[in-house]
Amino acid sequence: MDFTLTEEQAQLSDTLCRWLEKEYGFEQRRDTIASKNGTCARAWTGLSDLGLLALPVPEVLNGFGASGADMFGVMEALGKALLVEPYLATVSGIEFLKHDQDRFAGLLGQAASGVVRLACALGERQSRFDRFDVEMTTRIEGGAHVLNGRKTVVVHGAQADHLIVSARTAGNTRDPDGITLFVVPSDIRGLCRTDYRTIDGMRAADIEFANVRLPDSARLGAAGEAWPIIDAVSDYTCALLCAEAVGIMQAVNDTTLEYLKMRRQFDQPIGAYQALQHRMAELFIEVEQARSLAMLAASVARSDETSKRRHTISAAMIRVGQAATRVGQEVIQMHGGIGMSNEMQVAHYFKRLSVFGALEGDIDHHVARLARQPEFRHPD
Amino acid sequence: MNLEYDAKEQQFRKQVRSFIEANLPADLRAKVLNHKRLTREDYRKWHLILYAQGWVAPNWPREYGGAAWTPVQRHIWEEETTRAGAPNVISFGINMLGPVLMEFGTKAQKDHYLPRILNCEDWWCQGYSEPGSGSDLASLKTSAEWIEDESGAYYLVNGQKTWTTLAQHANMIFCLVRTTTSMRKQEGISFLLINMKSQGVSLRPIITLDEDHEINEVFFDNVRVPVDNLVGEENLGWTYAKYLLSHERNNVAEVGRSKRELRFLKHLAMTTPSQNGSLLDDPLFARKVALLEAEMMALEITNLRVVSSDHGNSEPGPEVSMLKIVGTEVQQRLTELMVETVGPYSLPFDVDFLEGRRETAVTGHDAAAPLTAHYLNFRKASIYGGSNEIQKNIISRMILGL
Repeated sequence: MDFTLTEEQAQLSDTLCRWLEKEYGFEQRRDTIASKNGTCARAWTGLSDLGLLALPVPEVLNGFGASGADMFGVMEALGKALLVEPYLATVSGIEFLKHDQDRFAGLLGQAASGVVRLACALGERQSRFDRFDVEMTTRIEGGAHVLNGRKTVVVHGAQADHLIVSARTAGNTRDPDGITLFVVPSDIRGLCRTDYRTIDGMRAADIEFANVRLPDSARLGAAGEAWPIIDAVSDYTCALLCAEAVGIMQAVNDTTLEYLKMRRQFDQPIGAYQALQHRMAELFIEVEQARSLAMLAASVARSDETSKRRHTISAAMIRVGQAATRVGQEVIQMHGGIGMSNEMQVAHYFKRLSVFGALEGDIDHHVARLARQPEFRHPD
Repeated sequence: MNLEYDAKEQQFRKQVRSFIEANLPADLRAKVLNHKRLTREDYRKWHLILYAQGWVAPNWPREYGGAAWTPVQRHIWEEETTRAGAPNVISFGINMLGPVLMEFGTKAQKDHYLPRILNCEDWWCQGYSEPGSGSDLASLKTSAEWIEDESGAYYLVNGQKTWTTLAQHANMIFCLVRTTTSMRKQEGISFLLINMKSQGVSLRPIITLDEDHEINEVFFDNVRVPVDNLVGEENLGWTYAKYLLSHERNNVAEVGRSKRELRFLKHLAMTTPSQNGSLLDDPLFARKVALLEAEMMALEITNLRVVSSDHGNSEPGPEVSMLKIVGTEVQQRLTELMVETVGPYSLPFDVDFLEGRRETAVTGHDAAAPLTAHYLNFRKASIYGGSNEIQKNIISRMILGL
């Protein structure tokens, strides 16, 4: 058993942190958020030059074949820097493409070199966090798949060159069987994207599909059998989100600690008050507990033992979700009035932590899922 | 980063498991799993079984008769023994005094006391707390005066200790006593070994709110203690006490026990009917269990992170305070949910059953009967060993620098 990073992992994480500090400061980020596109081409090139996009791509396609554990340090560092580029969306997209590696080798190669960006269009108005709840339809017409429907809150959907889209080929709305995945170029005819800002400084889009015609070569995996893939990639994405949140919480705790030592009230640093000392100690524990499960989640992120993977990932989403809310709220409170100012970085950390549960399932969603796994019902 | 146990560790787990299967007496196991009260003889029996195997002191070096296991092996051992329902080995001799004597004791003290700890000839208790000095331990007042008269030199001890766990079973007590009052309060304290049979030592039970006799007051009235019973140097007792406390915090997270209790809780809830089938099928109740399970999974990994970073035998650092806080909160939450599970059957208070004078519970079911007493008893966990508030002070001072 070993909890330390390997030499390569530590080196990558160090290099990335140095690069982010130099090239991706708070002001740089602010300008990006304010820009028309909401992303920064220069930052994207930088990330891709560092090899970050090739990292999760298999070695046979010129990638590095990174494990979940390898990605842990990367996501932690990106969390600290509050990256708003479509990295996570692209990496999740890569994870999808890997499930049909032969067919999408070309696209995987392009993603690895940073030439294309990906996004995952899975959520719909009625589906909340249930990715099997798919109303979008597809029918075969003249040898083509014809997609109709609407995907909502697709993170970085308008910044992506290709979308991974779920559509129903059979069954009822909430039936896990009968879902098929497609890889859709975003400039295809019949596709309309409404781009908007999200509260945490990123972008998302609602995407309308009106008779979007796709060749069979756009199908990812077997027809009607997409659910296990969607489930697995969602879990992988959850693991990365947990690592990112740990990075954010560590950063925001460090910042708050500095503040408690510096800020004086009633002739002493506010950190001299036991009421705040104990709360800060509790936040320290929150982060360490969250880190433990984020590490565990990273280590099972791609496990084939499905129910065990779900059990662990959900536990991580629960515990990290609790920590994210508590740490976020507490650091704003401890900063006092200044914490409410949008000029303060701590406010932006708080906003990102606040969306944690809305991305891949909130605490209630994951509690219910954890309780459905055999591991919960039948303790050994 | 690799969160799997390696082949050697897995092999070790197997070995431990088969040993327990072959050697843990069924009656003891049943008592432990069902939260019944253990007698002195119960503890002794298991201690001697482990002694015969050479495993009673996992943390001691081989030269003193220990098993010299690595921290991860100790973790596995703890997990497996508690999982199976083995009683704890009483830690005062093995985990607390033993390491202090090895580090600071004279050769004569080591030669005499260490083997007697291993074979359970001596049962030790800990004389630290006093009325008025709880978390502020250094304010203790029990005095030991150096006297030389015609019979030779000895310490004359006067004062009182309290919250002394299982002192009614002990024949020896290690005490912090004040040998000088002129110094700073942390100085002037000495570490003394006292025979409980000495003239002037008396005991009064403290009955805890679950009506159990687990702790005691110990009184010293002109007790003569041989000067050879001083450990290390006079007035440096605080140093030894801190060293001991760092060992007291071995296994402070109690992950193994909490995992066992979670299994117990789930079985209990699965056999408790509710509108939805079993109580574990009730989404409101399942939610509470699931949240606790996530906390425990995190605690297990946090504990392993701390344990596996201790490659040598370095003293545990202040991060152990975190394990104490979370570990005890988890234990307390478990006891709370057990009581909730059995509902009305948490009401009967069946002392005869608890202490083994009757075979079956007066009403309800046997598993339910001890649970409220158990819940009440476990409120101690966030108080003993340095209250959880003290642990937060330690984190804020030593880790956060506030």
